[in-house]
Amino acid sequence: MLAAAVPLFLLVVGLFLLLVYKPQLGRRLSPRTWILAGGLGLPIPILAALTFYAFWQGEYLLRGGSELPADLVRIEATGTRWQWVFRYPEVEGNPSTVGVLHIPAGRTIEVAVESDDVIHSFWVPRLAGKIDAVPGHTNFLRLRADRPGRYGGQCSEYCGVGHAGMDFEVRAHAAEDYQNALGPGEQTP
Amino acid sequence: MKPETSAIELHRALEEIWGTKPGLTRLAAVNHNVVGRRFMLTSLIFFAVGGLLAMLIRTQLASSESVFMDAEEYAQVFTMHGSIMMFLFAIPFFEGLAIYLLPKLLGTRDLAFPRLSAYGFWCYLFGGSLLIAALVAGVAPNSGWFMYTPLSSNTYSPGINSDVWLLGVTFVEISALSAAIEIMVTILKLRASGMSLDKMPIFAWYMLVVATMMLIGFPPLILGSVLLEVERAFDLPFFDPTRGGDPLLWQHLFWLFGHPEVYIIFLPAAGAISTILPVFAGAPLAGYRIIIAALVSMAFLSFGLWVHHMYTVGIPHVALSFFSAASALVAIPTAIQIFAWLATISHGKPRFSIPMLHIFGFFFVFVIGGLTGVMLAMVPFDWQAHDTHFVVAHLHYVLVGGFVFPMLAAAYYWLPHISGRQPVQHLSSAAFWMIFVGFNVTFFMMHLTGLRGMPRRVFEYPPESGWETLNFISSAGSFVMTMGFALIALDFILIFRFGRPFHRNPWSAGTLEWAMATPPPSYNFASLPTIDRRADMLDPNAIGPHLAAGNGLLAWPRGGRMELLAIDMVSGAPEHIVRLPRQTFLPLWTAIATGCFFLSLLFKVYWATPVAFVAVIALFLLWCGDTAEAKDVGRLPIGNGQELSTHIEAERPPSWWAMVFAITADATAYISLLFGGLFLWISAPNWPPQDAHDIGLSMPALAAVTSTVAAVAGWRAAASRPSSTGLLSLASLTHLATAGIMLWLALSAVPNPHAHAAAATVFVVLCYAALHSFMGAVFAGYGIWRIRSGFVSHARSLDLRIGAMWHGYSALIAITAAGFPFLLSALASEISR
Repeated sequence: MLAAAVPLFLLVVGLFLLLVYKPQLGRRLSPRTWILAGGLGLPIPILAALTFYAFWQGEYLLRGGSELPADLVRIEATGTRWQWVFRYPEVEGNPSTVGVLHIPAGRTIEVAVESDDVIHSFWVPRLAGKIDAVPGHTNFLRLRADRPGRYGGQCSEYCGVGHAGMDFEVRAHAAEDYQNALGPGEQTP
Repeated sequence: MKPETSAIELHRALEEIWGTKPGLTRLAAVNHNVVGRRFMLTSLIFFAVGGLLAMLIRTQLASSESVFMDAEEYAQVFTMHGSIMMFLFAIPFFEGLAIYLLPKLLGTRDLAFPRLSAYGFWCYLFGGSLLIAALVAGVAPNSGWFMYTPLSSNTYSPGINSDVWLLGVTFVEISALSAAIEIMVTILKLRASGMSLDKMPIFAWYMLVVATMMLIGFPPLILGSVLLEVERAFDLPFFDPTRGGDPLLWQHLFWLFGHPEVYIIFLPAAGAISTILPVFAGAPLAGYRIIIAALVSMAFLSFGLWVHHMYTVGIPHVALSFFSAASALVAIPTAIQIFAWLATISHGKPRFSIPMLHIFGFFFVFVIGGLTGVMLAMVPFDWQAHDTHFVVAHLHYVLVGGFVFPMLAAAYYWLPHISGRQPVQHLSSAAFWMIFVGFNVTFFMMHLTGLRGMPRRVFEYPPESGWETLNFISSAGSFVMTMGFALIALDFILIFRFGRPFHRNPWSAGTLEWAMATPPPSYNFASLPTIDRRADMLDPNAIGPHLAAGNGLLAWPRGGRMELLAIDMVSGAPEHIVRLPRQTFLPLWTAIATGCFFLSLLFKVYWATPVAFVAVIALFLLWCGDTAEAKDVGRLPIGNGQELSTHIEAERPPSWWAMVFAITADATAYISLLFGGLFLWISAPNWPPQDAHDIGLSMPALAAVTSTVAAVAGWRAAASRPSSTGLLSLASLTHLATAGIMLWLALSAVPNPHAHAAAATVFVVLCYAALHSFMGAVFAGYGIWRIRSGFVSHARSLDLRIGAMWHGYSALIAITAAGFPFLLSALASEISR
């Protein structure tokens, strides 16, 4: 998008300055041609292409950034002032963690995002887009970390005075470490 | 008519009638020159306050983990910065400009309802002051300028803070709605003779579109604010998900206003550019008709893309992509305008001057804002950038580029008109460059901070985030920008103080506002012009002296009355004479009573609320005396051998149209309310309600009958004319009966409205209908009073005809309200099956 935006910006501002100083350069085109070419001819193809591309990209992201596998890992994230609580219904013992989200690397995760109080927004910039945690609704977000590692996450909808500190961390583990990470020592009641 | 008298004598005679008297009587001013200037000056003071708050924000964010402000102070500061800039600066400033300019551009002497604009000003001043007082007292709103529930609801904001926003902003919005009606009626009815729709100055077209958008856009916000305040004060759960409400209802209502709002702010500025740029290009505006088409399509589109503020709330992707496409589409009418301006330049002999410098600033900044806007309209990009500093950068590029720079161009362009003095251009360029450079440094960096993941509305960030350098540069830029604005302020003072006086039309413009003395006399034109070509291609240097000498229409004042001309909406042919009311303190008193109404709600002194409400209605009824005629006036000469009747005896005078538009705005609020209920049914959790019991068929049916009787009686009274107090008495009684039934249903037949949003919605719909029927009774009673006082005759039936519109409308409200409980319970039982 940047590649399209910079030339368009230069074109419009350049034309403005050029025409103010050398109006005769633009006089060969009638006003009608100016308006039809610049107001319809220029934006319509660009916008159409962009909108379709964005839709396709959106569908891709909704699948978690890859082909949608049959075996999603399901995790619940609940925003509450001012921390994130994660539950792992598919892991034995139904563990939960606060402030740290453990995921297996290389799998597509479906996070069910909810809120206990006000609206929060669940965001791990490097793994996926954001989704709001709206009280009374459950929203779903799919994400995927290809490699083990730590990824920062934060609340991105203003939720009161503790908003700035409402961050969390995603820890992506290799498949064999994932169960251990959620072992009894790591859990919070 | 004595056209042979001198221009000076004519001036004295008109000034005696139209002019504002000195001393305390200034508070009674209703003249558009005075009210327009007051609006602009007040909004600039609020702009300075909002700017100071922005400085605090930038100081806080200049370093990580700053201890300058704590989280609560920061929340109040960013909430108030946004609210002030949107509601107390941008909208009132262009309203003031339009109030000041429109009568002059249209070739008339004042707006259609001068007292209404004065009332709007007082509401704006008082409501705005309420917000500032809360800021000083440390109890300012703190949930962000879009006040998302449940953060702003009672549970999480128990203090007075949110109430200040909801009541203060609603109080201010009275001025926006009254200005919308005022502007629409003035543009449609009070133009110069011969100024058909396709000869209107382009600024009037822009303002007509803007005012229409305001008329439709503000009611959802006002309704949302009323519902949230009712939830906070009386615990009716519209937004509480545990009781069948939905926080998303607030977001839909807010952005249904909030997105058109962006275009409501941008279009007046674009209108100023379309007026100013051709003057400096030395060529008439290219593509006049296609620009109008672009404006109208923009207005329609702007109501169809509010959801692009809500891409992350969990709406299905396919639905989002419609709004994404609509958001991208809105770039096309914008591009049409931009290329029409470029075409205008290329076909003229452009000259660079201070206003053109600011128009360059507009092109540069607004195009960037538009391009990032298209990026944000793309759903997957927004999922990342939403609620980060990228959005903050985008919205400032759009609003400063699309509003502040054009308005600075407008200020430099029209300041000679207001002050009668030409700019001394020593400081002007330096001030421009400081603002321009400072702005870009501040906000361009924010794109990057946002892309690096900094969310908006955080009062501190960790040092290791990597955002500190960018933030520091932003803060430094913002101080340069502030100094630029201080220079502008100084420059304006110097122009007033030391500017050279000039004779007429310093920019060689072709519009009517320059065909008068500057600073303008209170009455604008000593006699009214007749137009035979597009109103931006006129010669003010010839028209001015011609009109000042009394050679136009309505030249000589008649019986100390303020008179102007109403025309046929489309063709511009003279239709009737409008006699305006004189200066009066009533707008001030009414605004004070309105303020008491809002304060009683804010401080929960609920016994005083109905008292203040009745006082407001009583004061408004007192407004009606001034222009009444005790006997038929007949046709009066307007000069040029023509004769017209006065507005009291006209078929569709401005006040008739004002009622049409007021009902349109009211109906928008009502429809939003009904759809709000249906939205809860579709979207909210905890549906259907537990206790859905039958309210019975008989009472709603009876209400439908009584309201229909009221409508028919009111309509017959107006149609059969003059002295039928009997029919109006019947209308009054049946209205009261309807109101009584509605209240009875709301209070005793509906299940407990505190328990579930369904019952709460039905409760409010019934109360809404009760209020409208009560107002119907007031209108009928007013008609009886007018008939008894001898102000109504066969010819002078205007009061009754305006009332008849309300009688019919309130019957529609009552009938739909009576049916609504059945609709909602049928739908609710649909879910349970």
